[in-house]
Amino acid sequence: MTEDASFRAETRAWLEANCPPAMRQPAGFDDAYWGGRKGHFASPEQQQWFEAMAARGWTVPDWPKEYGGGGLSPEQAKILRQEMARLGCRSPLHSFGIWMLGPALLKFGTEEQKRHYLPEIAQGKIRWCQGYSEPGAGSDLAGLQTRAEDKGDHWLVNGQKIWTSYADKADWIFCLVRTDPSQKQGGISFLLFDMASPGVSTKPILLISGYSPFCETFFDNVEVPKEQIVGAVNQGWTVAKYLLGHEREMISSMGFAAGEPSLGHQLAGEYGPIEDPVLRAEIALHDVDALAFRAMSEKFLDELKHGRAHPAQPSMMKYAGTELNKRRLELDMAAGGSDALEWESARSEQGTRPRAWLRSKANSIEGGTSEVQLGIIAKHILNLPGA
Amino acid sequence: MPMFLTEDQAMLKDMAGPFLAEQAPVKHLRQLRDSNDATGFSRDLWKQFAEMGLTGVLVPAEDGGSGLGHVEAGIVLEEIGRNLSPSPFLSSAVAAVTALKGADADMRGRYLPGIVAGDTVAAIAVDELRKHRPVETALRAERSGNGFRLTGGKQFVAHGHVADLVIVAARTAGAAGEEQGITLFAVDKGAAGLSVEGVRLADSSIAARMLFDGVAVDAGAVIGDVDGGWAPLCRMLDAGRAGAAAEMLGVAGAAMDMTVDYLKQRKQFGRLIGEFQALQHRAAHLYSEIEIARAATLKAQQLLDSNDAKADLMVAVAKAKTGRAAMLAVQEGIQMHGGMGMTDEFDIGLYMKRQRVLEELFGDSGFHADRVARLNGY
Repeated sequence: MTEDASFRAETRAWLEANCPPAMRQPAGFDDAYWGGRKGHFASPEQQQWFEAMAARGWTVPDWPKEYGGGGLSPEQAKILRQEMARLGCRSPLHSFGIWMLGPALLKFGTEEQKRHYLPEIAQGKIRWCQGYSEPGAGSDLAGLQTRAEDKGDHWLVNGQKIWTSYADKADWIFCLVRTDPSQKQGGISFLLFDMASPGVSTKPILLISGYSPFCETFFDNVEVPKEQIVGAVNQGWTVAKYLLGHEREMISSMGFAAGEPSLGHQLAGEYGPIEDPVLRAEIALHDVDALAFRAMSEKFLDELKHGRAHPAQPSMMKYAGTELNKRRLELDMAAGGSDALEWESARSEQGTRPRAWLRSKANSIEGGTSEVQLGIIAKHILNLPGA
Repeated sequence: MPMFLTEDQAMLKDMAGPFLAEQAPVKHLRQLRDSNDATGFSRDLWKQFAEMGLTGVLVPAEDGGSGLGHVEAGIVLEEIGRNLSPSPFLSSAVAAVTALKGADADMRGRYLPGIVAGDTVAAIAVDELRKHRPVETALRAERSGNGFRLTGGKQFVAHGHVADLVIVAARTAGAAGEEQGITLFAVDKGAAGLSVEGVRLADSSIAARMLFDGVAVDAGAVIGDVDGGWAPLCRMLDAGRAGAAAEMLGVAGAAMDMTVDYLKQRKQFGRLIGEFQALQHRAAHLYSEIEIARAATLKAQQLLDSNDAKADLMVAVAKAKTGRAAMLAVQEGIQMHGGMGMTDEFDIGLYMKRQRVLEELFGDSGFHADRVARLNGY
């Protein structure tokens, strides 16, 4: 048996033994575990599954062991993903620390920062949120105005962020701030600070889905220790862009975590044969795209892990993945007919379906709109002029 | 298996690309077309394919080939698509070889050496009406003495007018619409009762309409089992479909490249038209579609090579996705070339014509989207 084959066999056996049956289905809206100081387990199985994975460093399988990761090679990490998908194992920990900040710290953090922050992320101790967008800086993110002034032994932060996902539930924030008002991209720095610091306040925003996953976040004379900066002063844009690539990867895979790319397969299981020929055809064409995109996701990850991906390829993934997910949920609503309209009923689990449909509309806006991604592809991959 | 080319595969690409760009660029297609060449491709070029070891790419080593897989065949086909090189590679070295690989030693020995040597051209005769519906096979094969007599019609048989060997799907039992009762036959050129009409298609390639009027073949012409031809037919067609997807990737990639180049050269309103966001976003969308099609096609090829049970699903995905991406590429290509795209002088129109043929070959996007639905239980 090759090394990979024996790793696969061991992993399969371990997952069979350690993943509770209740964790072998996709997490619903409310029962994903996000960790953090205020984190709580929705069930004993969720806790058991999280602790088993965290003990092996498998919340972050391919991070180095010294930073709390599993130390797996790209091939082994892929095998673990495949074996988890085979059993339907859900992710043990949802975390912006894992998906976004961690990769940026691995690339740009000091050794001290890596040893301090990464194990906390891997163990789910600290829940992070992202302070990027501002009321006046959305697609034009580099126009952000939140100020951080150098006060000798600390930074003094004043300003406002918006669309801060789960800011009200997060422990720490990674935040873009302006340290030089005379420069645009060249005047931005990347700070880390505790949301419990005096002067930080959050206000949830009610969305069309009826949920409030995003907040407005206010900074009023917040003092941040000097060393809590990633990368050099005024070099934060480089870190921010790198992190955005990872955010785009994360968003591109939304809706695919469930492991069933065929919408028609899922719907036929729920409702029986799809009798409307026009709807069936639209669903079939969606499924062609969804299955093709799943292959694309696998190819992209392989290229990424082997350093072969074009740096702007996450923009393509984000664009295609989010547009596809929106299409999927439109078809999901069409197939559900008037049943899918129920907003407040036990039958509909308080409108899970229509709320997910509405939630998906943000996919092609958050993390850079589809139009921003197309612009990036045009400029950096196709090298079109003036883009 | 990581989803990118291995070193050996990258070397094959580095060999096949320049070979086709030098020996069979678009100019070569134009020459064949403008001289009204009756063969539709160059036999010399086919011989060169053999000298470079390409004809035997899918032929097992024990039968004299190189024993490689569908990923490798796809590398060659993508370059064929990129250069619009007329060649019997897809029908002979991919589809026919896949059918023959499953045959007995006698039949393998009869045909595979000729294909490997670049002497034998093979054609696939499956379609009987204007759309690809293999399960509707109705051409009859009735027992007669030690063999069979074939009666019926076939169409859209690429290279059928010059093929030395035609692989024919026929019905030995059951009725059109049934998988059971289909049998695959290897029929030699010039068989008595076989009439062949070569027809030039929109892309200047030549496909045949064939009439079988009691064509006699002996029992040795059967590939696989009598009445049990559906499985080998599907294997042959799936090889052809994955191959056609690879060729379409080449067509789409070249169409996109020449269009993006044009956007960087053409000036209107005092600036390069590639500066207009309306066109940038369409070009970027096209790039995205082609990348995804490329991943789907590679996945399908890898699954075919590992005899994965899900290969048929992924082949259907690849043919449908790549078909639609390539259709978009050639249509956007002509539109963005403006009036010049409508001229015969510019190559983009030739790509559109070839794409239309490849879209129909072995089932169009609708046929394969329907297969995806059926394979997913709806």
